[in-house]
This record gives sequence, structure tokens and C-alpha cells, in this order.
Amino acid sequence: MTALLLLPLLLPFAVPALARRALDRLAPVTALWVITVSAVVLAGCSLAALGGFVLTGLLKLPVFAALGELVRPLPTPSDLVVVPAAAVSVGALAVCAGTLVRAALREFRAFRSARTEACRRPAAGDLCVVDSPHPDAYALPGRPHRIVVTTAMLRSLDVAEREALFAHERAHNRGGHHYFLAAAELAAHCHPALRRVRGTIRLAAERAADEAAAAAVGDRRLTARAIARAALAGQDARSTRPDLAPAAASGPVPHRVKALLATPHVPRRAAAWIAALLVACTALSFASSATGVLVVHHRVEIAQGEESR
Amino acid sequence: MTDAKDERRPAGELEASVMAVLWAAGAPRTPGQVQRSLGAELARTTVTTILTRLHDKGVVERSRQGRGYAYYPVQDAHGLTARRMHSELDRDTDRETVLARFVAQLSPQDERVLRDLLEPGER
Repeated sequence: MTALLLLPLLLPFAVPALARRALDRLAPVTALWVITVSAVVLAGCSLAALGGFVLTGLLKLPVFAALGELVRPLPTPSDLVVVPAAAVSVGALAVCAGTLVRAALREFRAFRSARTEACRRPAAGDLCVVDSPHPDAYALPGRPHRIVVTTAMLRSLDVAEREALFAHERAHNRGGHHYFLAAAELAAHCHPALRRVRGTIRLAAERAADEAAAAAVGDRRLTARAIARAALAGQDARSTRPDLAPAAASGPVPHRVKALLATPHVPRRAAAWIAALLVACTALSFASSATGVLVVHHRVEIAQGEESR
Repeated sequence: MTDAKDERRPAGELEASVMAVLWAAGAPRTPGQVQRSLGAELARTTVTTILTRLHDKGVVERSRQGRGYAYYPVQDAHGLTARRMHSELDRDTDRETVLARFVAQLSPQDERVLRDLLEPGER
């Protein structure tokens, strides 16, 4: 039982590397789906496994054993394993719940304030322009979908590049990418290894929107140039703000630009393999956590005298 | 892009493109100037229609210029929206989680790589 419940907690550590390869090899939209679904299932399974440990540990305590109407002691491995495992699990679940609620509130507040500001004035089509010296642009999902762009961003791009930017943001809205980003955020708070997967999911969403934009404007090079110009414009504006910490060594923007400048993706056998591996990993996690929880349930029933050994 | 493709685009997208030209210009623009900035892929009457519609919505103002009008975006009161938005959104650097932003921050190395990709000839 312990091994069955440990597996879902260990499997997520294999996923960041797999997810990164999947993004490199699969079409961006496919990668976005496969990685996000995997992350969510793995997060759910690791929570279930923690729950299994907590339940077993609690039923070892006389108070809870009485509450659970156990007539026999719960058949488990040694108390030396079960009790510390339960204690650690309780701590981990508490941390998860805390950060989840905080993150959800923060997201909701940021989203609501962006929405209120964007709706304050009538938009031109779906475009909401913010008069600001900081180059910035983002998709604002909702009813109706909006794209928010600052004047500084509009001025640092030429007409064709602006069309690529708009096409990119519209692709985010049309593809419902905010659901994927929210799912990635939730998963990241459920298991520490899934934090790195969150970055991969964000990148996959950007890549999907980049490809859609390139298709809409009919020019991959132009789309790459728009992204690079926008990023560099943001950098120039930021040089006066030294309080911002530098990002990791190689960020997502050069990756996106290079991917657009490279020849379009051709499906390969490696892509199928990596996707299969990711799905297998997820399925294994699901199977072991489900079996683990069923075993716990079965043992509780035995201890309750409802079922014979 | 061909003329036909441009004329077929949803009205909302055309409005957005025209609005972007006005904001990027920073000075009043006549329909003819807007049309030229857009790469002359739209009929001038289409541009005029869009500008009139934007004016009706109250997102652009216009002033007499010669026989027609020159249009410019309505500034919001002292950039209030921008400031409120930035103070609210800059509070967390994590805000890009659900709001998918166009570009993320760059590291110095990213910047070099991008400049090289933009101008492969000059280093």
C-alpha cells in the first residue's frame, strides 16, 4: 500500500523533462493539451495519495478509530512508517491548500482589476488601448474577449507587426488559453515538481498563439520580428527600473523567436513516443493512486468488520 | 494580404487596426493618411466608415481639416486608467499566469540572442 501511494508522489519528478521534450517535438496545440491534462491528473493523484496517508494515520489514533467504528486495529505496515507519513502528509496538504487559496485569490483580483479597467471605456473592436509609457500587451478573456495594448507597445511596432501582435492575442482568447494557464497554476501548487511544468505550459500556450498568428498574417518571419521587437522595447523601457530581478539564463522569448524562424514543424516518430511516455506516466500515476486508495478503503472495511480478510 | 482578404475581416478587427494607427501616430490623422498607414489595402470609404463608427462610439475625436475631418484618439483623464492598471497589476510579478502577455521579461543573454536574430548581419 505504501509503495502504491508513494508512486504518485514520485512520478511528477519525471514529468518536467518529459514535458519540455514534448513541447519541442509536438505541434504546440497538441503539446499544450497533453502537458496540461497530464499535469492536472498528476496533481490530483498526488493529492489523493497524500489523502490516503492522512486517513491511514488518523485511523491509528484511538479517537478516530472509534469515530470510524473500527472493531479491529487497521491492518497497516509498521506504525514507524504510517504515523510519520501521515504527519508529513498533513503538513503538505495544509501548505498546498494555503498556497492554492492565496494564488486563486490573487489571480482573481488581478483579473478583475484588469477587466474593470478595460471595460471602463468603449473599445475599438476588441482592442483596448492603455496610454502608458511601458510597452505591454495581453489577452483579456471574458465576455466579450478583449486585447489590451499600451500606446508604447503600439508605437514600437510597425503596422504589419501590430497585426501579428493582435493575431497572437486573439489566438489566446479564441483558444481559451487562460483555462490552461489557470490549470497549470493550480497543478503547480499541488506538487513542487509541477512548478517547472507550469513554465512549460505557459510556453506552450505562447507557442500555440505564435503559430496561429503566423498563420493569420501569413508570415513566420514577420511574427518572429514582432515578438523580438516587442520584447526588446520592453527591455529598453525597463532599463530605468533596476528593481526587477533578471530572469533565468535563457527565457521563453528567444525560444519562441527561434521556433518561428525555423522551418515549420514536421511530425516525427519521436513526437509520438514522447507523447506516449507522458501519457503512460500519467496513467501509471492514476492507476497506482486509485489502487492505493481502494486498498486503504478495503482495509478500513476489514477493520470495521464488514468484510473478512 | 490581398484586398479581398482585408475587406472580409470582421469589423471589430478593422476597428482595432484603425485605432492602433491613430494611437501610434500621436497626431490627428485624416482617413486618407490612415488608409496609407494601413498599407492601402482597404478602400478609403471603408476607412472613413470605420472612423465615423469609432467617433459615434466616443473613442475618437475629430477636428475639421480642409474639406474633411482629422481623427485622434480620446485621451483618458490624465492617464488615470494606465496608472491604476499598473499599480494594481505590478504588485505581483506572477500576474502573467492567467493574463497571457505578449512577451516575458528578458535576461541579458536573451537580449543578445534576440538582437542577433533580428540583425544577423550586424554584430
